Amino acid sequence: MKFLLVEDNADLAAAICSRMQLDGHVIDHADTIQDAIAFSETGEYDLILLDIMLPDGDGRTFLQRHRAGKRDTPVIVLTARSQVSDRISMLDLGADDYVTKPFDHEELQARCRAVLRRKSGTAQTVMQIGDVAFDPVAGHLTVAGEVVNLRNRELRLLELLFNAPGQIFAKQKLVDRLFSYDEDVSENAIEVYIGRLRKHLEPSSLRITTLRGLGYRLDHD
Amino acid sequence: MRYILALILCLWPLLAVAQEWEDRQVFQGADASRTLRILSSTDTSFFEPIIAGFLAKTPEVSIEYLVIGTAEIDQRFRQAPDRYDVVISSAMDLQLKLANDGFARRLGGVAHPDWAQWRESLFAFTSEPAAIVVNRAAFDGHPLPRTRQELIQALRTRPDVFRGRLGTYDVRDSGLGYLFATQDARASETYWRLMEVMGSLGTRLYCCSGEMIDDLSDGTIAVAYNVLGSYASARQQTDARIAVILPSDFPTMMMRTGFVSRQAQHPQDATRFIRHLIGLQSDPASKDSLPLPPLSTDSAGQSAIALEPALLTYLDGLKRQTFIKEWVSAIVQQ
Amino acid sequence: MTEGVQVSGSLRNRLAVTLTGGAAVLAVLLFIVVRSYAAQIAQQGQDSILSASVTSILDAAVIRDGVVEIDFPYASFSMLSTPMDDRIFYAIYQDDTLLSGYGDLPRTAGTATRAYQGSAVRLATASRVLIGANVRTRISVTVAQTQDALSGTLSRISRNVALFGAGFFALATLLSIWATAATIEPLQRLTTSVTRRGPQDLSPVAKPVPLEMLPLVASLNSLMARLDQSLRQSEDFIAEAAHRVRTPLATVRSYAEATLQRVDREENRQALRSMIRAIDESSRAAGQLLDHAMITFRADHLERDDLDLVDLLRELVLRLTPVAEMKDIELHLRADGPVIINGDPILLQNALRNLIDNALKYAPGESVIGIRIITEPRFQVEIRDQGPGFPADEIANLTERFSRGRNAVGTIGSGLGLTIAQDVAAAHGGSLALSNLPEGGACVTFSL
Repeated sequence: MKFLLVEDNADLAAAICSRMQLDGHVIDHADTIQDAIAFSETGEYDLILLDIMLPDGDGRTFLQRHRAGKRDTPVIVLTARSQVSDRISMLDLGADDYVTKPFDHEELQARCRAVLRRKSGTAQTVMQIGDVAFDPVAGHLTVAGEVVNLRNRELRLLELLFNAPGQIFAKQKLVDRLFSYDEDVSENAIEVYIGRLRKHLEPSSLRITTLRGLGYRLDHD
Repeated sequence: MRYILALILCLWPLLAVAQEWEDRQVFQGADASRTLRILSSTDTSFFEPIIAGFLAKTPEVSIEYLVIGTAEIDQRFRQAPDRYDVVISSAMDLQLKLANDGFARRLGGVAHPDWAQWRESLFAFTSEPAAIVVNRAAFDGHPLPRTRQELIQALRTRPDVFRGRLGTYDVRDSGLGYLFATQDARASETYWRLMEVMGSLGTRLYCCSGEMIDDLSDGTIAVAYNVLGSYASARQQTDARIAVILPSDFPTMMMRTGFVSRQAQHPQDATRFIRHLIGLQSDPASKDSLPLPPLSTDSAGQSAIALEPALLTYLDGLKRQTFIKEWVSAIVQQ
Repeated sequence: MTEGVQVSGSLRNRLAVTLTGGAAVLAVLLFIVVRSYAAQIAQQGQDSILSASVTSILDAAVIRDGVVEIDFPYASFSMLSTPMDDRIFYAIYQDDTLLSGYGDLPRTAGTATRAYQGSAVRLATASRVLIGANVRTRISVTVAQTQDALSGTLSRISRNVALFGAGFFALATLLSIWATAATIEPLQRLTTSVTRRGPQDLSPVAKPVPLEMLPLVASLNSLMARLDQSLRQSEDFIAEAAHRVRTPLATVRSYAEATLQRVDREENRQALRSMIRAIDESSRAAGQLLDHAMITFRADHLERDDLDLVDLLRELVLRLTPVAEMKDIELHLRADGPVIINGDPILLQNALRNLIDNALKYAPGESVIGIRIITEPRFQVEIRDQGPGFPADEIANLTERFSRGRNAVGTIGSGLGLTIAQDVAAAHGGSLALSNLPEGGACVTFSL
């Protein structure tokens, strides 16, 4: 997906970009409202990540302008405020959701998915490998004509595998991605979800291969 | 000689004590425990029914009724105010002076017209006019004089009929007489002219109305001036020989008054008596029990002599002296 | 609100007492003055008559044939009649010899009051020199009268003046009550207008006030302006602090997350995981501390409004669903229709979010968190999870500030969540109840 990040703090911006790119997303960075406006007018973005406190003004100004220009690119606001009252004003101004800093990337991803799901026309997000169609935003897996609704962890696990078929994913890495940092889970918790995915993919030409001591790999026959 | 002297000395106190009274009667109450002493100038006959009425109501009291002339009343009472409980007199001026000098007891809560009482101490209970009383025979064929002026005319016209046959109070001795005379003189000069006329014809002087009326009846005198109308009227009822004329020019009316002595021995009983006396006025049934004319409420004391301090005027020594001097020179012509 | 303020006296009472007291003093003064004036006038009246009587007697004095004759008129004493039948006394002296009258009457000059025969009498004396042929003599006349009528008149006047004074006093009292009420009224109006303000209203008092209240209201306005500014500054400060603290934390966390995906060695992985946990804990702590501070401040002056509890919970569920989904937890809200209650929406949202957050923290993956609204006998929100439940022996202490139970071992989060919820419930006159479900799991009941 293509993101626009509007954030004036260089370190944070770099960190976010780095993290996003890890998942294969394209992300542009603007550090002022002026730049943000310029970017948003020229580029076609799937989602805008907007920091509220910017050097040349309040992020709300960008929001107002963005919406006034009848653009429907969803905006998720990054804010240091956690007051419930702020949420209302932001939603009133046209933001679709918000995360408070510091935020969990998985939560951000989840919110992005939710926001995009609400938008109509997300056909672009469907990925196809072999005879399997996977829509990570909608959470659908189409195998041999059958649409399977995936649960969140299954979905995220499959998304990881789908994005890099043929790549080996270590169990720990998967644990780190699927479970929250205060959940003390053993590596074998992954087994359960891998099992479920295998079941869903059975009628397809895709397989998840266990590589002992190394991890899992999505293979295409 | 010394024996007689000693006897006289021993008996003198008794003599002193045994004063003379015109009348003295004791009316016993049914079960009397005490005696009320009433000093009065009114003839007992007039007061008997009043006393009887009172005794009927208050049987525990007896009444000693003492009668003497008005001037004497004043003198005797002043000497011994503690010896008498009630004082009743027709000499309004003397009574008022007694009340003024503090001899009368103030009775509270007695309902009586203002003009008929003074300081709630002195109470008037009759209104009696001064009248001209004549022997009818003397005026046979002649009109009876209606006014003092007409009397003067009558006397002047027929002096011989009346010479030596005139009578009036000796104002030197009679308190009531003095009152009537001074009030007359105050009212008009006619009085003095009458006195002069009467003096020139020769006038007998009396101490009391009763005697005058008696002498009138039997013709000793033909005209008596300033007689107590009440007495005369009372007599007239049984004796047609006299005629009572109330002068129409200026009537002189006196009010008989009574009071309770400040130093009375029996103040409550005395008060009750006075109330009884006054009560006879307002009780229509008691018309019979008040043998004397009651207070005339319609004229409201207009013609009655006013019960006011001015009554002291003619009691003043100087004024009395002057008046008597004039009176004597008018009526006693030597 | 009125505790801590010391009461000393009362403006109303002071004003009323002053006015009434003043009126009382004036009424008494009026009585005294009028009475003494009346006494003077009345006495003058009596003296005039006595003098006239004396004069009339003196005028009648003549010397005839060397002898003094005083043929005074009837009127001399007649004019001394009074409605109370006052007693009269007189004495006529020629030089120092008593001619007639009461010899023991006190001898005075002009007018005087003496005691005589047990009463107070007013005396008037005058004299005249008579000149005859060979004789020259001074005639002195004293006329005296008791003062019963005078006293009677004075009592009547006193009574009337007293009544008048009392009436005046009563009227003045009524007037002073009215005046007091009218004067205090602007104060009460100001009080009402200030009291009626919402808790956030620090705008200056706009209504016109009487001149005397100007300094007070000006000070009040200035105080409110300073308070307002101070609050704004605090708010700005907090916002600024939050931003400055959280942004670097966000940087660290993002990098940590990214780095975690790149390290292979287990010890590095654990270290990074610890770092992320630490950041999360501090961030959550900061958030909850700010929340708690806000709630403590706000609980004193709730901004009550009518709101739909169902709507509020629905929004919360919507907001927290992405987080719940990450653990495959289902947030299940059960409600039949709108539930309108009267409360502070911001505080309620905060409390309920904290409770649902807590449930999300402790519920195992792929479980259901049930949220139910109860309307009878009170408004209640019941949140059930399928986690381990509360440790039985610690239930009572869990809501105390910073307390975390045994079940929280290993779980990130300060213990303020339950405390916050309890404070909000208490501020609305309600309560928070914790219990364990017989089938397992915790149940939190938030009552209003």
